Amino acid sequence: MLAYILRRVLYAIPILVGVNLVTFALFFVVNTPDDMARMQLGAKRVTQVQIERWKAAHGYDKPLLWNARASGTGRFTDTVFFQKSLRLFVFDFGASEDGRNIAAEIRTRMWPSLALAIPVFLVGLAVNISFALAMAFFRATYLDFWGVVLCVAMMSISTLFYIIAGQFLVAKLWNLVPISGYNTGLHAIKFLILPVAIGVVSGIGAGSRWYRTLFLEEMGKDYVRTARAKGLSEAVVMFRHVLKNAMIPILTGVVVTIPLLFMGSLLMESFFGIPGLGSYTIDAIQAQDFAVVRSMVFVGSVLYIFGLLLTDISYTLVDPRVRLE
Amino acid sequence: MRSARLGRMRHIGIRGLAAACALAAAVAGCGKVWNDPYPAADAGKNILYSAFVDRPKHLDPALSYASNEAVFTQQVYEPPLQYDYLKRPYQLEPLTAAEMPRVSDRDGYSEYEIRIRPGILYQPHPAFARNAKGEFLYQSLSRAQIAALSSPYALPGRGTRELTADDYIYEIKRLADPRSTSPIYGLMAQYIVGLAELAARLKKVNQAMIAAGRGDEWLDLRKVPLAGVTRVDKYTFRIKLKGRYPQFKYWLAMPFFAPIPWEADRFFAQPGMAEKNFTLDWWPVGTGPYMLTENNPNLRMVLERNPNFRGEAYPSEGAPGDRGAGLLADAGKTMPFIDRVVYSREKEGIPYWNKFLQGYYDSSGISSDNFDQAVRVSVEGQARLTPQMRKRGIRLRTTVEPSVFYTGFNWLDPVVGNAGDAKSRQRARKLRQAISIAVDVEQYLSIFENGRGIVAQGPIPPGIFGYRPGEAGINPVTHEWRDGAAQRRPLADAKRLLAEAGYPGGRDARTGQPLVLYLDTVTRGPGDQARFDWWRKQLAKLSIQLEVRATDWNRFQDKIRKGSEQMFFLGWNADYPDPENFLFLLDGPESRALHHGENAANYDNARYDALFERMRDMPNSPARQQIIDQMVDIARRDAPWIWGFFPKDYMLYHGWLSNVKPNDMARNGVKYLRLDPQQRAVLRRQWNRPVVWPLLLVLALIAAVAVPAVVGYRRRERMAARPS
Repeated sequence: MLAYILRRVLYAIPILVGVNLVTFALFFVVNTPDDMARMQLGAKRVTQVQIERWKAAHGYDKPLLWNARASGTGRFTDTVFFQKSLRLFVFDFGASEDGRNIAAEIRTRMWPSLALAIPVFLVGLAVNISFALAMAFFRATYLDFWGVVLCVAMMSISTLFYIIAGQFLVAKLWNLVPISGYNTGLHAIKFLILPVAIGVVSGIGAGSRWYRTLFLEEMGKDYVRTARAKGLSEAVVMFRHVLKNAMIPILTGVVVTIPLLFMGSLLMESFFGIPGLGSYTIDAIQAQDFAVVRSMVFVGSVLYIFGLLLTDISYTLVDPRVRLE
Repeated sequence: MRSARLGRMRHIGIRGLAAACALAAAVAGCGKVWNDPYPAADAGKNILYSAFVDRPKHLDPALSYASNEAVFTQQVYEPPLQYDYLKRPYQLEPLTAAEMPRVSDRDGYSEYEIRIRPGILYQPHPAFARNAKGEFLYQSLSRAQIAALSSPYALPGRGTRELTADDYIYEIKRLADPRSTSPIYGLMAQYIVGLAELAARLKKVNQAMIAAGRGDEWLDLRKVPLAGVTRVDKYTFRIKLKGRYPQFKYWLAMPFFAPIPWEADRFFAQPGMAEKNFTLDWWPVGTGPYMLTENNPNLRMVLERNPNFRGEAYPSEGAPGDRGAGLLADAGKTMPFIDRVVYSREKEGIPYWNKFLQGYYDSSGISSDNFDQAVRVSVEGQARLTPQMRKRGIRLRTTVEPSVFYTGFNWLDPVVGNAGDAKSRQRARKLRQAISIAVDVEQYLSIFENGRGIVAQGPIPPGIFGYRPGEAGINPVTHEWRDGAAQRRPLADAKRLLAEAGYPGGRDARTGQPLVLYLDTVTRGPGDQARFDWWRKQLAKLSIQLEVRATDWNRFQDKIRKGSEQMFFLGWNADYPDPENFLFLLDGPESRALHHGENAANYDNARYDALFERMRDMPNSPARQQIIDQMVDIARRDAPWIWGFFPKDYMLYHGWLSNVKPNDMARNGVKYLRLDPQQRAVLRRQWNRPVVWPLLLVLALIAAVAVPAVVGYRRRERMAARPS
């Protein structure tokens, strides 16, 4: 397994270089260093002299990818791409275009993202699996039918609607929780109740339907019929046999998302005023802050690769037949 | 047995539900508020609550230029001058200066001598902390010590010292520092003697330091002379300008000219500080009434009362009507009145608005979505609060902003501009005039701005010297005075002008081709399509086809810089309340495409330019007004702009907040405000009682679904096999 993991890590390097290159190219197709300077300097009284000073101060006065005026390796190293993007591989994120240390910001902002994402993930998983198990248990009855109808209806509604309706009803009309805001430590709980509830409710439709399908597929197999024939109760059949064997496809979808919990939810964080990494990224895109955008894309790519690796490793834990060669 | 067990379960369920209802009623009625976003310990305290939408990029006074940053910097930093809070038109008065600067002109230079009041102290800060021997405690921290800090204020020691003239000189030098990119450096380098030379010297020094591997070291600007800024004595300094620049006094009221103590600059330059975001750009150090003690621009920024603030008296005079409005009730009392100001980040309008209605923000603007909920506009055009707002004691203040929105014609364009021979230019002028009449700005304001604005008759907004109200101020090209009001000229006049321009019925008289014009603008959001359609309909009234070219801000700015636009929509917000700051937008040498100035229309009229040069340095006087009138007449006739509108700002305040008067030139108004925290606490409790029955209803619904499911499960488990 170690050799497999090492191989996957080595595969990740050219992938990340490629991601960096594509991010770089996409960003600078739309924005030029002059545009970035103007965004930071503001709209008033901006002269070309100031723009050149800003570019020089922030390292954008070099060619983007290839420096024909330099010599030797300088043709490649004395470029914006090398100076800005390849340092990411040693996790040197540098400073944002307005001078803030990006690593410090990520370290600070990942906790609010996790404070929201982990409860949504865990509670959502438990609720979805429970609801799906119940629908599978009561398959072909009115409970199953109306359960599926409810799931389809819920997954057809946009998350934004849930957020606005939730804030209006629960926070504004019923005054049960704060509409938005955040605090650190245990004081964060009252701010997270509503977004977590909304995160869970908005995910029930799609999640429960998917898990119901997996459970029904398992329940149709011979070993389940054998277990029933042996006189096992339905609860034992569902929890000890069906759920366990349905874990493999569940893991496929779930484990890969675990590292991405760090990245936060853009909509939730914006509407509930949670200072996480999701809102950090969208703020950077709007402000044309390339330093932050490239850092967050890099971090997201690393986490996604890590998530895929975790998924592969988890297969070997739940299915003894799977070996990583 | 089974029925007895079921009966017991039912009995327990009913008693449990009743107990839950009683508990919920008790909790809901005990006065405790559940949705308070602030710590319970802060209830009833003298704290002002506000919000910010965009995180401030810069708090360093050398860099900060945006109004959302000024909300913070102007409570902390004190330049020599400020705007009088109450008087209108806006007037400057001394702030840290003992008196208004003495200005003298000599040998083609003008000199500003500024004397600072003695005895002004900086806020307590670790940068000033010294031990018993007088040595600095925290100017030689190690990286490890800095890494362990959560904020600069985590250091236990504090110190202060008196403000001196050297601190103002230090800040002026920072404008030229190549490590910062002050947005006003270019402008100031044209006027302040020696500033450009200083910038060149500092650039070389900085490059040498970088080459020697000392690029991150502190650069002591005290040792670098600036020829045009000299120290006279401990409290007095002089600034020498090239030529005359009377508007310079307004810059002295902006944080660019606030003092910076060298100790703070050195403190934040220590290795390791930048990695923790401990910089002057993040942690301002000033002499103002407040100090920034918490800076988390992702979440919350907190200003606390500066214990070293010298105290400042609330004004004793104001504008007519201020006394009746209660704005002089605190005359002569020592400010500030509020202990702490908490700004929370609210990116979305809905939560912001709802928290204001709940009493968790003390003031708010009004978005278009909420306008009808808050304001009713009468037939006469008067804005009044709705009964819902009045019931909560909310008050409304409106003010016309010193800003203008306009649609410009590119003077360099061959169709709408000033190209070709005299006849072509005359035809183009009539085309511009025709379009100016046809575009119904009154309708635009009504549809897209909720009526929040005044139709512009010229470039100068109300409140700025040079503005003419009423009949004397109408634009005779587009309006006429009828029934005591300015009325837009009839469309027939526009069509006549269009025909005289050579485009009868919207077609070129020579070629018969339809006239197609292009409007360049910036995409803003979902409402764009409606605005673009409206624009097309305005020109369609003249049978002119309009193509709207909407792009992002950078592409739009690119077109303006290159002069490749034909018509464009833009705005300008005043730097200071002087007509020069608006009339220069039409000054030929300020052409954006040709000279990289602010004249985005590239308008060029020799007579206008000559009058501008005469007017710019004049003090406000009847003679100056006369020249301004002539300039405005020229511009109206030439019609380089469709004179758009001056926006109106609507602000809502809760009844517990007093001394509120909108001030669009300054953002240092927090020190004047007073609030009644007890009244606020009572009303918040009243408005935010928790409603618990929905929770019980949800629980009941879950039970209603779960019980049959459990019953069905148990029945299925007990079911015997059926015979086939």
